[in-house]
Amino acid sequence: MTLRVNDLAVARGGVPVLGGVSFEVTPGTALILRGPNGAGKTTLLRTIAGLQPPLLGQIDGADETIAYAGHADGLKAMLSVAENLTFWAQVFGNSDIEPALAAYQLDPLRDRLAGTLSAGQKRRLGLARLMVTGRPVWVLDEPTVSLDADAVAMFASAVTAHLRAGGMALIATHIDLGLNAETFDVTPYRAKADMRSGASDEAFL
Amino acid sequence: MIALLHRDLMLAFRAGGGFGLGLAFFLIVTVLVPFSVGPQSELLSTIAPGVLWLGALLACLLSLDRLLALDFEDGTLDLLATAPLPLEAALSIKALSHWLTTGLPLVLAAPILGLMLNLEPDGYLWLIASLGLGTPALSVIGAFGAALTVGIKRGGLLMSLLVLPLYVPTLIFGAEAARRGAMGLDGTTPLILLAGITLGTIALMPFASAAVLRMTLR
Repeated sequence: MTLRVNDLAVARGGVPVLGGVSFEVTPGTALILRGPNGAGKTTLLRTIAGLQPPLLGQIDGADETIAYAGHADGLKAMLSVAENLTFWAQVFGNSDIEPALAAYQLDPLRDRLAGTLSAGQKRRLGLARLMVTGRPVWVLDEPTVSLDADAVAMFASAVTAHLRAGGMALIATHIDLGLNAETFDVTPYRAKADMRSGASDEAFL
Repeated sequence: MIALLHRDLMLAFRAGGGFGLGLAFFLIVTVLVPFSVGPQSELLSTIAPGVLWLGALLACLLSLDRLLALDFEDGTLDLLATAPLPLEAALSIKALSHWLTTGLPLVLAAPILGLMLNLEPDGYLWLIASLGLGTPALSVIGAFGAALTVGIKRGGLLMSLLVLPLYVPTLIFGAEAARRGAMGLDGTTPLILLAGITLGTIALMPFASAAVLRMTLR
């Protein structure tokens, strides 16, 4: 099973941002997306995760295989760490949250309400959620925001373990994670003006 | 699905969850009506079914704002949209938990408030039956309105405007069944029509809600 993106064009708010994007992620490998702010990394990841339709092109191997982590962690302030994680595990049909708690050293915090966690701790909980989904493709949008150096190392080892188990990862980031992965710069794929036609919602209506 | 229902109910009952908001509003409206209308018990018992139904409807509307907005703000909706659970099912569960935390308490509180409004003794059964059959439709239609306006900041006004016309048939048949019952007439016909509306909306609305939610999430 491979995640394959072919000649993909994506739009944000009806304006095309990227066009002609093609890449492949094979089992056991990760791909790091790079590009300046506003280049369209988030839009590309949201499209691959199936949250918005592509303008053009195909995405293969993304059906029911993707665990997406965006800027927001989807945590409920009034639920404890363990309750938040258990909820997501159950939604994805799993029940064991212990490995995820251990990987991000959340065990001492398990009964704390998520609302009382620091930003970095919340982020760790949001990333731990990926491990309980059991999905092979991790699509991560700036996963290291507000993480300290130790937490980044935890994240890197979690991704490495996931890849070793045959998983895949697609990560948009600005920092060096120390992963042995290919880099894909989206800057040359900026959309051209002539792609503007068909970019409106008309096709959808 | 059960996990989502369990989480939503748990959130509703914890501090700041908003459980009781609709109920308190319902209570205030119906308690204040006798003060504003005056102490004519005959007039009160005439308008009681209508006031109770209107109060229940507005109480439902009041809590719709929170139905999806909180999940949208913290990113849960994005994650749910990529989860194996179909959005249609997720929204049905959301509507169900809204009904359990808002509609059902209203149904249970209505007879007590009916007492305050001097509702005719014959009317209680009809009132409970019509509210019990009608409030699920309010939650399901409300989930549609919430899905339509979820991306909009302060979308409450727009949502009320969109949802209120859709509430009208439920209100007409629900209040009519309760009114006929209170007058000692047979309210079966409006009650059956009300049940039809509710079953129809439960069957069809989740698909419409999921379709508009997919659009608003883009």
